[in-house]
This record gives sequence, structure tokens and C-alpha cells, in this order.
Amino acid sequence: MDRDQFLIEQINEAVPDAIEEVLEFRGERTLVIAQDHIKKVCQLLKSDKSLNFDLLSDISADDLLPDFPRFAVNYHLYSIPNSQRIRLRVFVEDPDDGPPTMGDIWSIATWLEMEVWDLMGVRFSGNNSLRRLFLPEDWQGHPLRKDYPLGYEEVQFSFNWEEISARKPSPKE
Amino acid sequence: MSEMLSPHSDKVQEVSLEELRAKVGTGMEILDEEEHMLLSMGPQHPSTHGVLRLLLELDGETVVNVAPDIGFLHTGIEKTMESKTFTKALVMTDRMDYLSPMSNNLGYILAVEKLLGVEATPRAQAIRVILTELTRIASHLVWLGTSALDLAAMTLFLYCFREREFIFDIFEMCSGQRMMVSYFRPGGLWRDVPEEFEPAVRQFLDFFPGRIADYEALLKKNPIFLKRTKDIGVVSAEEAVDWGLTGPSLRGSGVNLDFRKAEPYSGYEQYDFDVPLGTDGDIYSRYRCRVEEFWQSMRIIEQALDKLPGGPVNIDNRKIVPPPRSELGRSMEAVIHHFKLWTEGFDAPEGYVYQRVESPRGEFGCYLRGNGGPKPARVHFRTPSYANLASLPNMARGGFVADLVAVIGSIDVVLGDIDR
Repeated sequence: MDRDQFLIEQINEAVPDAIEEVLEFRGERTLVIAQDHIKKVCQLLKSDKSLNFDLLSDISADDLLPDFPRFAVNYHLYSIPNSQRIRLRVFVEDPDDGPPTMGDIWSIATWLEMEVWDLMGVRFSGNNSLRRLFLPEDWQGHPLRKDYPLGYEEVQFSFNWEEISARKPSPKE
Repeated sequence: MSEMLSPHSDKVQEVSLEELRAKVGTGMEILDEEEHMLLSMGPQHPSTHGVLRLLLELDGETVVNVAPDIGFLHTGIEKTMESKTFTKALVMTDRMDYLSPMSNNLGYILAVEKLLGVEATPRAQAIRVILTELTRIASHLVWLGTSALDLAAMTLFLYCFREREFIFDIFEMCSGQRMMVSYFRPGGLWRDVPEEFEPAVRQFLDFFPGRIADYEALLKKNPIFLKRTKDIGVVSAEEAVDWGLTGPSLRGSGVNLDFRKAEPYSGYEQYDFDVPLGTDGDIYSRYRCRVEEFWQSMRIIEQALDKLPGGPVNIDNRKIVPPPRSELGRSMEAVIHHFKLWTEGFDAPEGYVYQRVESPRGEFGCYLRGNGGPKPARVHFRTPSYANLASLPNMARGGFVADLVAVIGSIDVVLGDIDR
């Protein structure tokens, strides 16, 4: 955990007020970062030679409904030279005005952000290639959100087969 | 009848570039729409290893740009898991990367165990390591067979699938399933391995080195294979890390990153093995790394078998692991636990964890958030194929179309793993 302390000090020195909270759960450190400062923090983590977080493993988003802020975006970073990992967590109040893209810091970020936008609908400002990746182009909504309707199949029996068939959504031709 | 004949039927329909771009759905920048040809490759194409569609911009036979179009196999696994209990959600991890089900099982199960704060018994950990390494060999066998098939080496494909079948027999012996094993469970294993397990694995370790020699004899000095793989699809170390490449594809560029060494899990720190590294970052280096991993995996399996600890395979926590069948007849508590576990499941605390494992393709990460209930509030998989695919345009640009096929083979994508 010494390296994590060093990391936190470095961030506090370079970008004051960036770290809102430091959490630890099951041996994993999470830094909650303010949305306005996340870009500067990431730039520091990547470019600082002593920190050197060169691998962006993953970006994932959480829907925390009914809490506010509703969305949280996690950045899982890894430093290959130092074998160190850290999670940055950013709370996002408005999904249409999400955190800035990290595509100019780690090239992979553009690709990972596309998945987050497609399935969770958090828009990363500055990422121009956000589009439907997994889902068809005309898809409505973002399925990983908690308020997305699930759509269960109604059970049909012989006595009400016709009735349910009539109102069942049928596949488009 | 006359209505059906369009008055404009003899006219070629004009499609604007904007419409075309929207249609192809990849958002690719087209550099020269006058001179270059746009070609859609896939999704039904034998060398895209599944339903991957690539949009190519070609200048003659040279690839100017590539953009992957994915999602044909999207099944919403992450969403579906949110409505299952932790144990029942496990079966879906097999179906993501269907060539390495045990690695997916392990990544997910370790995340669940981390969230619960429990650790599997030494015996379960050792068996998990043996089976995961067998999975690695099986997965690399498919990679070797299919990527050589892409380069027109037909024989190897049949050899590789023959050996893979032997590994599947071992899986079936343990779990009852050849591919969709779901063998690792929270707190241990579905059940202990049978008596025949150890002799079968030893038999595999005996004959497999000879088989590797056969593969090497077919490929290592084969001039056609060397011509098709050396200095093709080159990616530098910095570029590879920047683009999030992991696994053997990254190690082919000489970056020493193997999460079995960097962040040991499931007792990997006890085993003595090397991480094979390439130097050139081309297809041939990636091929060498994977073939060397056959040997390293066998070393790990041998060590794990030699010191396979005894004892139970499941932890002694009845709130997580169901009681053995023999207790159900005489213990009321066992019946209650059994009933509660199979109807409701176990509760996991609030919090979130991220667990990495080294799957045959690279870093397989599982982000898991619990909300105090028996179902995961959010499951997210960082799948290696999805991240590795982002490097494909870099590797393929400037090469020939025929080389693109070899490059796809060399990063070993599995479309089930990409689309989830």
C-alpha cells in the first residue's frame, strides 16, 4: 500500500481537490475523482515517470439508480513496470455530459468508451466515434440501465393461445 | 403484377457516401472515395473466426484502412446475469469465450469469492490451476489449427483437434460436459475430480510433447509459413500497450506482462514457470509465444499434479457451498441450507471488486458489484478479444488483404468473447 500512498500524494500535489474519497475494499484501492479533474489526473498517471500507468485495462459504468449521482464510471488502470493497479471512480450526474474522453492518453480508451456508451448510455465528451457497436443502429435506449424494460415472455396455454399470440410482439419481417 | 415492376428498375440506385457510411455502420474514415475500393469482409467468412465483419478500404490489394463491425453475436450476457443468482449466472461465463470456458469460470468465480471474502481450499485451487492450464492448451490448439488453416496448412487443423478432444474427455470426466463446463463454483468445485483424472492428465503430459514436435515439424521451418508470418502484422511494444493489447499477442512484442506472475491468483505463485517473450512483434513472434506456452502450461500442470494437496474441495461455509448429498437424509440444517441455496442463493455484501486472470487470449477481467442481495447488481467483463481487436487496424494497415487474414488469426479473436 506504500505505492498507493505515494500515488495519492502525487495526485494531491499536482491536482489539488481532485480526490474526493479514498476507498478500500477487499484489498483494492479506489480513488473517487471529481469529474472535472479526471482528465488531469489520468494525464498525470500516464505521463509521470514514477507512476507510469501505461495500461488502461478497462472502463466500466455502473447504474446506481435510485441514488444520485446516478452513474459511476470506473477506470481500471495498471502499471506494467510497477505491477501496480488502481481504480479511479467518477460519479456522473448527467449521462449526456459525461467525463472527457481518454482517447488521447490511452488509444484503447476510444474503443472501450464506445461499449460504455452503447450499453449504458454515458456519453464521453470529445469522443467522436460513439455509435451503436453491439446493438442495431436503430436501437432505442441503453439496455444495461436499471430502468430498461426487460420484456418477459408471456406463458401460453391451449385455452388462451390465440389471445396472447394476438398481442405478442412479433419479429419484423 | 404491373405494380411490382418499378419504373426505375433499369437505373442503378445512387447511394451517397453519407448513406453508405451509415449503412456500413463502422464510422470508418474513408480516405479516398474516388480511387479506393470499399470491401465488406464477413460476417460469414471462414477466416474471421466467427461472425466478425470488417470494412476494408483497399488500394489495389493493399489495405489502407480497416474497421471492425461487431455485435452479431451480442446476447446481453452482462444484463442477463443481473437477474440470476451468483451461482446461476456462472453458466453464462462459459458461453462468452467458448474456447476457454474454464478461464472464464475462474475469473468470475474468483471475483465472487473476493466479493464474499472467502478463499478456496488448497486442493480446489490446485485443481483449478490444472484445468485452467489444460484449457489454455486446448484453446491454443484451436488457435494453432485455425490460424494455420488460414495460411492453407490443412493437416495441422486435424492434428490439433485430435489432441483437443483428449482434453475435452478430461473435462467431461470431471464436469460431465465437454465445453460448457461450469465446473468451478463459489467456494470450490462442483465436486472432486474422479480417480481416473490424474492418470488421464499424466497420459496427456506423456504424449503431448511428441505432438508439439509434430506441429513444429510442419510449421517452424516451412518456407511458406515463414514468408506469410515473418515481419507481417508488426506492432511495437509501446503501441501494443497503448492499444490495450494483452496476452500472448502483447508478449510477442516483448512486453513482460502475465497476470499469473504479476498478480498471482489461485496459488500460481507456488509454481515455477517462465513467461515466453517474443522480440519482433510480428505474427511469427506471436506464434512462437503461444507454442512456448504449451510447454510452460505443461510444466505448471506437472508441478500441480505432483503436489496435489488432499482434503476437501469445498470450503466449510454452508451459507455459500451446498451440503453434500449424504447429509440431506439425516440433518435438518443441511436440508434448510440446501433449500435456501438453491431457491434464493447467498447474499453478497455491498461493494465492488475487479478480478483479473490471464486467459489464453489475455487479460480477462471481471468487475462485480454486489448490493447486499443474492444477485449481482452489475457484472462487467473486460474480455481480451474485445480489447485486442482494437489493435487489428494498426497491424493490418499497409499490408495485403491476404495478410489481414493471417493477422486476424494471430491475435486469436473469439467473437463470443467480443460480443458477449
